Amino acid sequence: MLAHLGTRTLTGVVVVVGVVTLTFLLVRLAPGDPVERLLGPTATAAQLAAQRRAFGLDRPVAAQYAMWLGRFARGDWGRSIATGRPVRALLGDAVPATLALVGTSLVLSYLLGLVVGAWQSRAGPRVDATLSMITVTLFALPGFWLGLMLVMAFTYWAHWFPAFGAAGLDADGLTGWSRLADRLRHFALPLTTLTLIGVGGAARYVRGAMRDVLGQPFVRTAEAKGLSPFHVTRRHVARNALIPVVTMLGLSLPALFSGAVFVEAVFGWPGVGRRLVEAVQARDYPVVVAATAVTAVLVVAGNLLTDLGVAWIDPRIRRGKGAA
Amino acid sequence: MRRLWRDRRGACSVAVLAIVSGAAGAGPLVSTGRPAAQHDIVATRFLRPLATDDSGSFHALGTDRFGRDVWTRLVYGARVSLAVGALAVLLSVLIGVLVGGAAGFWPGPVRTSLLALTDFVLALPRVVLLLLLAAMARPSATLVIVVLGLTGWMSVARLVHGEVRSLAARPFVEGAVALGVSRRRVLVRHILPNALTPVIVSAALGLGNAITLEAGLSFLGLGVQPPTPSWGNMIASGRDTLVNAPWVAAAPGVALVLVVVACTLLGDALQDALNPATRYLPHRLPP
Repeated sequence: MLAHLGTRTLTGVVVVVGVVTLTFLLVRLAPGDPVERLLGPTATAAQLAAQRRAFGLDRPVAAQYAMWLGRFARGDWGRSIATGRPVRALLGDAVPATLALVGTSLVLSYLLGLVVGAWQSRAGPRVDATLSMITVTLFALPGFWLGLMLVMAFTYWAHWFPAFGAAGLDADGLTGWSRLADRLRHFALPLTTLTLIGVGGAARYVRGAMRDVLGQPFVRTAEAKGLSPFHVTRRHVARNALIPVVTMLGLSLPALFSGAVFVEAVFGWPGVGRRLVEAVQARDYPVVVAATAVTAVLVVAGNLLTDLGVAWIDPRIRRGKGAA
Repeated sequence: MRRLWRDRRGACSVAVLAIVSGAAGAGPLVSTGRPAAQHDIVATRFLRPLATDDSGSFHALGTDRFGRDVWTRLVYGARVSLAVGALAVLLSVLIGVLVGGAAGFWPGPVRTSLLALTDFVLALPRVVLLLLLAAMARPSATLVIVVLGLTGWMSVARLVHGEVRSLAARPFVEGAVALGVSRRRVLVRHILPNALTPVIVSAALGLGNAITLEAGLSFLGLGVQPPTPSWGNMIASGRDTLVNAPWVAAAPGVALVLVVVACTLLGDALQDALNPATRYLPHRLPP
C-alpha cells in the first residue's frame, strides 16, 4: 500500500516537473514579445533592452530556466508582466476560488450521478433509455454555451442570480448573512453549469459499472441466498461498482479542470482558469507558467486522493494483494 | 454494419450527422450563400427568427447585429466546425496508431518510453495545453487542427497498444513471422488492420470532443477568426446580444449539442455492434 502510494507520488512529481518544463519552453519559444506589449509602440530600443534586462529575458533560455526553477521551488514566482502584481498573490487568490468551484461541483456531480446511474441500472428499458438520452445530452453541452444560456434565463429573464464575478460591488459593505447570501448567489450559476455537465458524465460511468457488476455470478448468489434487494445493491453491487467509478473520477479530473477554464471565463469567476486565459491573451509569461504548474499540481493531487479512495474501497489493494 | 442500423441510436445519429454535413456541403443551395453579407445594417439587424426583411429576404433564424443571416452563418459555420473537427481527429488517430502500434510491437525501451509519454500527456488538462499552443501563434483554423490533433491522440494510442499486444501473440501472426515476412510488414499488413476496430469507436467520440473544443477555442478568440463563421465564434458574438437577440448565441449551440450527442451515440452504438463481448449479452438484465 505504502509502496504503491510512493510510486504514484513519484510519478506525480515527474508529471509536474515535466509540465512546468514543457510550459516554460513553449512559452519562451513563442512569437510575440511581452516587453513590447508592456511598453507599447512608442518605446525606444534602449528602453526595450533595459526592460528585458530587468525581467532577465536577455539571458539564454537554459539560464532563464535554471534561474526560474530555483526561484519557483523557493516560492518566488516572480511578478506578472501585465499587471506588476506578484504571481504568487495573484494565484493565491485564484486557487481557493477554483477549488471551491471544482470541488463542490465534483462532489455534487458524483452524488447525483450515483443516484441517477443506480436508478438506471435497475430501471426498465424505457426509463433507462430516457435517462440515457438526458445524460448524453448533458454530457455533450459545452460549458461556455450552457453558461450563457443559464445567464440568459436566470439573470436577464428571471433576475434571480448575478452573472459575473464572485461577489457583488457592494460586498465589502455587507456583513454576516447578507454577505454569505451574496457569495452563494454568485456561486449558483457557475456551479450549476459545471455540475449539470458533470452529472451527465458521472451517471454514464455509474450506469455502466453497475451493469457490469449486476451481471456477475456473486450477485446472483447473493440474491439466491435471500438477501433483500437493498442489501444486495448496497453491499454487493454498489461497493464493487464504486471501484471503477472512483478510478474514473480521478481520470476525469483533467477534463473537469479544463471545463472549469471555460466556465470561469464566461462567469468571470476569479479562479486559476480565468487568470490563465487572461495571461495567455496578454502573453504574460510568468502567470502562464505558474498557472499551468498550479493546475498540474491540483490534478496530480486529485489523482493521489482518488488512489487513496480506491484503496479505501478495495481491501485487495489496501492489503497489498491486488494487482493494481 | 447491419447491426449498427438495427440499433436505433446508431441509425438516428448517422441520420443527424448526414443531414448536418449534407447541409454544410450544399451550403449555397440551402442558404443565401453569403455568410458575411450585410445590407442596410440598421434596418436588418436583430430580426427575429422567421422574419422577412424589407427587401423580401426570409431569415429562418433571424439576423445578428450586423444584419447577417444566422441560418446562413450556421450552415457555413458547420463547414468550418465539422472540417476542423474531422481533420483534427484524423491527425490524432494517425499519431495514436503510430505511437500505439510502435509501443505494442516493439517491447523494451521503445514501449516503455512511448507509454510513459502517453500517460504524461494524458495527465495534462487538455484545455491548458490548447490555450498554451493556441496562444503561441496567430490563431487560425489550421492551428486549431494541429493543436487538437497533438493533444487528442492518447486514448487511441492506448487502445492500439493493447490490441497490437494481444494480436501479436495470435497464431496468424506467428504464421506470418514463420513464413519470413519482415517485422514491419507483419505490423502494417497483419496486425494494424485488425487493431483498428476500437479506433473507430474512439474516433467517433473524439469527433464530438474536437468540435466542442474548437468551439471553445474560437469562443475565447483563440481559434477560427471572424468574419469566417464557426459555431464557436458565433456563440461568442451572440454573447453581447443575449438580451435583445438570444437566437444568435442559441442557434449554433443547439447545432453543436446535436452533433456532439450524435457522435457520442454513434460511438456507443458502434461499440455495441463491434464488440463481440457485449454483442451476445442480453440487453435486458434479469430483474
